Amino acid sequence: MPVLKDITLGQYFPGTSVVHRLDPRVKIILVVSYIAALFLAKGLYGYALSLCYLALAAAVSGIKPIQLVRGLRPMLFIVIFTAVLNILYIPGEHELFTVFSLSVTLEGVTTAIYMIMRLFMLVTCTFLLTYTTSPIMLTAAIEKLLAPFKLLRLPVHELAMMMTIALRMVPTLIEETDKIMSAQKARGADFESGNILKRAKALVPLLVPLFVSSFRRADELAVAMECRCYHGGAGRTKMKQLRVTAPDFAVAVPSLLYFAGCVTVGRLL
Amino acid sequence: MDKGGEALLKTEKLTHIYGKGTPFERTAIKDVDFEVHSGEIMGVIGHTGSGKSTLAQHLNALLKPASGRVLLNGEDIWRGEKKVSSVRFAVGLVFQYPEYQLFEETVYKDIAFGVKNSGVPEKDIESAVYSAMDFVHLDKSVAAKSPFELSGGQKRRVAIAGVIAMMPKVLVLDEPTAGLDPKGRREILSHIRAYRDATGASVVLITHSMDEIARLSDRVTVINRGEIALGGSVREVFSREDSLTRIGLRAPVVSRVLRRLHAMGIDVDCGACTVEQAIAELKRVAGDARA
Ligand SMILES: Nc1ncnc2c1ncn2[C@@H]1O[C@H](COP(=O)(O)OP(=O)(O)OP(=O)(O)O)[C@@H](O)[C@H]1O
Ligand SMILES: [Mg+2]
Repeated sequence: MPVLKDITLGQYFPGTSVVHRLDPRVKIILVVSYIAALFLAKGLYGYALSLCYLALAAAVSGIKPIQLVRGLRPMLFIVIFTAVLNILYIPGEHELFTVFSLSVTLEGVTTAIYMIMRLFMLVTCTFLLTYTTSPIMLTAAIEKLLAPFKLLRLPVHELAMMMTIALRMVPTLIEETDKIMSAQKARGADFESGNILKRAKALVPLLVPLFVSSFRRADELAVAMECRCYHGGAGRTKMKQLRVTAPDFAVAVPSLLYFAGCVTVGRLL
Repeated sequence: MDKGGEALLKTEKLTHIYGKGTPFERTAIKDVDFEVHSGEIMGVIGHTGSGKSTLAQHLNALLKPASGRVLLNGEDIWRGEKKVSSVRFAVGLVFQYPEYQLFEETVYKDIAFGVKNSGVPEKDIESAVYSAMDFVHLDKSVAAKSPFELSGGQKRRVAIAGVIAMMPKVLVLDEPTAGLDPKGRREILSHIRAYRDATGASVVLITHSMDEIARLSDRVTVINRGEIALGGSVREVFSREDSLTRIGLRAPVVSRVLRRLHAMGIDVDCGACTVEQAIAELKRVAGDARA
């Protein structure tokens, strides 16, 4: 358990907040627009406004801030790395000081700060999406949104089904990995010490059973789907229909206007 | 209860919380005091989700307690100088559905996996593997086969042999008979008893079946919603029918029949809980009646 408990990818925290209940397509569109706004926004005001929106959405969703921050942890290295590069290499007029003959400028520092904010907001808003939307809803929404591409003979339904199954299997696989790891540890397997070669070899007792059971699971699932006459997307209806209702518009329209505001404010001031 | 002196393996106020600090936080076991004495078979019974497997994984240091201690020979397994891995060899744990952990090319290699890890000298590995195969009645001819071409019941035996081969002082089995047919169940249980009788090791047998407990164990611990509900000798626990019923468990059929007879005024001893004991008891009563 200790090894895998930090994985929050694709995790969903059920709830009943407005953010949870929003139509998933609307949510996806809002997230995409928000990300676009982040890239187009300029200056302190633009970023501050975007941050306010995110904070509001997070507060309304009822997701604990600690959960969102936890999701950011794996990003930390990349963020710091790019920030340092930015600080050292962006040329500018207002030199602050020099390190190893590289001049650190005011412009460099502000760019780095903006970049950190932008990355954090970008990641947090996508986490907010996956935390508040069940994987099933998410893929159903993606299927709907991609529906026009069916005209180009893109197998949209099959892709969505594959995604649903893959997402569905993530927790199962994590649980299974935990279990097999514990079982092998009970026989004295050591996954944590030794050099790289030794560690790679130590993974064999984990990977073999994991593959075996994944194939077995896939096989069983295929049979179960066939038993229920699954034959692809044609003519299938959904039990839960997605419907965009008035509250969705009530959230979406002001949000989009707000994003537009975020983008323009930096340019005007 | 048992007055057999110092316990070999013991937990004190053991508490475990899964997913601490997340919305999925859940206390799986709470303040569990549990004792296993040398050479005894201890049955653990409880409903699905009552925390049996969680308890089992604490006994060999796979899980770390949120609070409380686990003592092996009186020493805290998370304290002393000894490495955690030595605890894993002293307390062998057979997981629920252990056949899913098989991975080697041959049965022999798979059984030898744990023994090798335990640092047994190379020359002793072979005898350890074959004697473990003997305990679970696996034929020598199986040793060279791939574990994946065996039947479910045989795989289960290979997995159990893999733990027995390490010669643990305490053998913990998490529902070793789940999903087997009645014959397979009886055999596995008799192998477990044979291991105890031959080596003097202790056994912790986790199960859903009262009849298995009645047949095999010396003492029972009943666990309910993560807490110890009842404990004591098999006889004592099975006589507390009302307490058992309250947590949704039932004494084995045999002891319920005897109890009913007793209630009808027939002077039987209700302590018998296997069919053989009951037959003996009924014969005795019948004999008395005739005399
Ligand atoms: N890895 C885990 N993460 C989170 N919760 C868990 C985990 N393992 C078990 N639990 C929870 O802890 C509780 C006790 O589970 P445990 O597996 O110990 O029960 P059990 O008595 O062995 O049940 P069963 O008879 O079904 O095997 C359950 O409510 C379960 O949902
Ligand atoms: Mg269990």
